[in-house]
Amino acid sequence: MTTASTPAGVARAEEARATDGAPRTGVASGYLRHAAGKLGGALVSLFAVLVTSFFLFRIIPGDPVKAMTHGAPTSAEQLATLRRQFGLDLPLWQQFTDYCAKALTGDLGTSFQFRAPVGDLIAAKLPATLLLTGVAVVLYSALGLWLGTRSAWRHGGLGDRVNTGLALTLWSVPSFWLGLLLIIVFSVGMGPIPGLFPTGGMESGTGETGFAYVLDVAHHLVLPVVTLVAVGYAQTLLVMRSSLLDEMGGDYLTTARAKGLKDDDVRRRHAVPNALLPTVTMVFINLGHVAAGSILVETVFSWPGLGGLFYQALSVPDLPLVQGLFVVFAGAMILANLLADLLYPLLDPRVGR
Amino acid sequence: MTSLAWERRRGSATRFWKAYRSHRAGLYGLAGLALIALLALTAPWTVGADVQSVTNAPGTALESPSAEFPLGTDQFGRSLLGLLIWGSRISLLVGLLAAVLSVAIGTLVGVLAGHYGGWLSTVVMRITDWFLVMPALVLAIVLATVMSRSVWTVVLAIGITCWPTTARLVRAQTIAVESRPYIERATALGGGHGHVMARHVLPNVMPLVLAQTTLGISAAILTEATLAFLGLGDPTVTSWGGMLQDAREAGAVSSGHWWYLAPPGIAIALVALAFTLCGRAVESVLNPRLGVGR
Repeated sequence: MTTASTPAGVARAEEARATDGAPRTGVASGYLRHAAGKLGGALVSLFAVLVTSFFLFRIIPGDPVKAMTHGAPTSAEQLATLRRQFGLDLPLWQQFTDYCAKALTGDLGTSFQFRAPVGDLIAAKLPATLLLTGVAVVLYSALGLWLGTRSAWRHGGLGDRVNTGLALTLWSVPSFWLGLLLIIVFSVGMGPIPGLFPTGGMESGTGETGFAYVLDVAHHLVLPVVTLVAVGYAQTLLVMRSSLLDEMGGDYLTTARAKGLKDDDVRRRHAVPNALLPTVTMVFINLGHVAAGSILVETVFSWPGLGGLFYQALSVPDLPLVQGLFVVFAGAMILANLLADLLYPLLDPRVGR
Repeated sequence: MTSLAWERRRGSATRFWKAYRSHRAGLYGLAGLALIALLALTAPWTVGADVQSVTNAPGTALESPSAEFPLGTDQFGRSLLGLLIWGSRISLLVGLLAAVLSVAIGTLVGVLAGHYGGWLSTVVMRITDWFLVMPALVLAIVLATVMSRSVWTVVLAIGITCWPTTARLVRAQTIAVESRPYIERATALGGGHGHVMARHVLPNVMPLVLAQTTLGISAAILTEATLAFLGLGDPTVTSWGGMLQDAREAGAVSSGHWWYLAPPGIAIALVALAFTLCGRAVESVLNPRLGVGR
């Protein structure tokens, strides 16, 4: 479910391209100034995230301590102790400065539900999410680039129409639903299809080691990755297709053809590198969205990652944990955007100098 | 004077329709939407609100598809076909309202920022940028968590997380429109800020806003389904996402009851696809350079 991300990604890529005519100053110092500006912007955004996450969770109607005890009979004294324990008896501004100071040192509070530091809980689940989203991003970027290039090069043909149509259809599918269907068909087994893949989790827990363990994890990885790739590759495909279509009218391609280059070489060596720029930016911007989008897929496949943790935290609701994960997800987006901003001028010398 | 303006507007609407008609995918999308809207609007007469009632459910729990229940029944014995048709009302309503809300905010912010410029624009666009880097889904989930469970919460959560893209596009368009000579003429004749924004800028950004709304609706419908699936929707109304959550809770996955699970998802996908096709067709009519329909 990264639907909302595409227009944003496209808008940014378009905008970056629109600054073609920027005057050139000293090349290296220009880049440093650009980088410093973007870094500063990212830090401001990060601070804004902290502010939001703090106040968003303080406007909740109701007493967090009451929510914590689940309506179990508790004396006023016990409530007061809990309140003191979680620092909820201090004035709001003091809670806020405490929160910021702690967050800077990586302390995101204590989970109501697990009675453990939020930072530790997140750190424990992070590798699983990185594995899942990393594999999915690499695969769907590659698939989207490849199909997008083919679509644009033979645009208007049957292959293009089928490609674009299929991608748009899959893009409209809710990821959690696709995941559930894949479980029914390939894990539970349907008709003649036996249960080929495990229904969830990241490992069988039968104590494999070494290569057998890697194979086991890969086996568990197949269905969640297929779900993420199927729902996500449309964006890469569409951006690649439209940016390659933009390049295709270029005079330099006519020149390349006039030199006698084969069609494949014109595409691979001349058109694609130019069309790649907006797409690469979008892939980076989407890195952050994928982490957030994996919430659904991880929940459906009981993948032991951040998304699954977020779902567990929501159902309580375990506010410090939701808050901590919100900061982490937003931080991932900011980092991804920063990477895209820093990378873009290196890829396209016309921008940001 | 006014009749002349209307004539020109009618002329441009006709031209728009002519260009739109040449996009076959857009026509399919439009036809699909008309059909779905008809089903949703006639639902009170075809299935009736009783279909949601758990106490007078006509069938037994989790029946397979049959002549009486073409899509089977849910765990309370309600007809799944009836629920599917009834659920379209909430899904469409939330999708429409949320998209209209987010596009309205985006248009307002974009026009104001583009028209006034200066420090106001800087501040507003800084806020927009900040919303843009927020993971919209996570923010919507968090908002839906901290507010009470209702349809309006979902509309609000989607509406206030999805406006920044529109704001950026509208601001860019506003700046482009305001650089044209007729704006200078209007100002010279004594037109104030309000006049320029309402009578000159707004009509010119409307097509863009229309395309954004259409694309926004499909995103909003998907987000609504997601929130309902996570249990953050209104538990008292039937929506497609809620049906999927019910299906999961009833153990439809482990027992392989695909007929319970498949239809709501297909319905969500079809509606989202129909709106996306329309939105892309509108977009490529307005901006042929995008190369969407080529």
